[in-house]
Amino acid sequence: MGDYIILAISCILVNNILLAQYLGNCPFLGTSKKMETAVGMAMAVVFVLVLAGVITWLTETFFLKPFNMEFLRTVAFILVIASLVQFVEMFLKKSIPALYAGLGIFLPLITTNCAVMGVCLINIKEEYTFMQALVASFAYAVGFGLALILFAGVRERILLARVPKPLQDTSIGLVTAGMLSLAFFAFKGMV
Amino acid sequence: MAKSITQEFVKGLWEEIPPFRLVLGLCPTLAVTKTIQDGIGMGVATTFVLVCSNVLVSAMRNIIPSKVRIAAFIIIIATFVTVVELLMQAFTYPLFLSLGIFIPLIVVNCIVLGRAEAFASKNAIMHSLADGLGIGIGFTLALASLGAVREVFGSGTFWGAPVFGPSFHPFSFMIEAPGAFVCLGLMLCIMNLVGKK
Repeated sequence: MGDYIILAISCILVNNILLAQYLGNCPFLGTSKKMETAVGMAMAVVFVLVLAGVITWLTETFFLKPFNMEFLRTVAFILVIASLVQFVEMFLKKSIPALYAGLGIFLPLITTNCAVMGVCLINIKEEYTFMQALVASFAYAVGFGLALILFAGVRERILLARVPKPLQDTSIGLVTAGMLSLAFFAFKGMV
Repeated sequence: MAKSITQEFVKGLWEEIPPFRLVLGLCPTLAVTKTIQDGIGMGVATTFVLVCSNVLVSAMRNIIPSKVRIAAFIIIIATFVTVVELLMQAFTYPLFLSLGIFIPLIVVNCIVLGRAEAFASKNAIMHSLADGLGIGIGFTLALASLGAVREVFGSGTFWGAPVFGPSFHPFSFMIEAPGAFVCLGLMLCIMNLVGKK
């Protein structure tokens, strides 16, 4: 049990997917202008990433490995993720319309979110067991949400500040992300 | 077709140079620009995928039904990414190791899918080829320049050769994650200053 807690802390804070592993930066900058969209995106990522992490792990272990088809991993994973996202979208639309309305437009964007694909690949690369892959996927997703929501909070404050013209928008966003990343950098060496 | 093939090629080098003008494909930009070699390696790999997928998407644009086009594009891209991955593993093994999971992640690089959807699916093969090549070379230039800045300040070397005297203390902030964000942010700012329209 203790091992899983340490793994979770390391994935959420120390190896934060956005700020230390540089994955998923497009939605990080794209959806962080407003708090609402940031929360929506964060929830959608948690939902899909856990499912995708588990399913790609199963695909790798029971399908690709026994048949020696690891070279097809990229194609297989992206197909699994794309169809999973589509399936989740249809399922939510039919059975939980309230959640669908909340996540709605963020779901299709997740297919090309490299955080999802990245975590699936990290799970395989680190040779995690099933439980470890599950915990790591969830923890990475929580880390993504945490960083995204913190960043959205900072960005809303920046709107009130007077930023020099050439620095505006994405440019100041990246510099701010750098500062936030510096804060997360302090966790390095903790686990 | 308003623009000539040359114009399609040139626009990727300045007007629409990713990731400065089109803010897409940030993950590889931030992650693999610790050194200039890694930056160029990633740029070339992405260019290859971009050109091949643009040509194939453009060639098949009338066959693919528009309902399943995104899925079809992703499979085309994934195929070429696998090709690149295997080629790099065979011929440039050290580079393959240092780029790590970012090679398979070219498949979810928004630049590639973005060009397939926004350009190649609507234009002729030669134009798509020029567009892919232009955007790819632009991306490589951007990665190389970011890689050069980070390598010179972060480890005090350029292409592995030391630039400063032995008394130089490397500014290791630059090669870590925070430095990547700040450096890209400032480069974006310089681009805005220089290329204001």
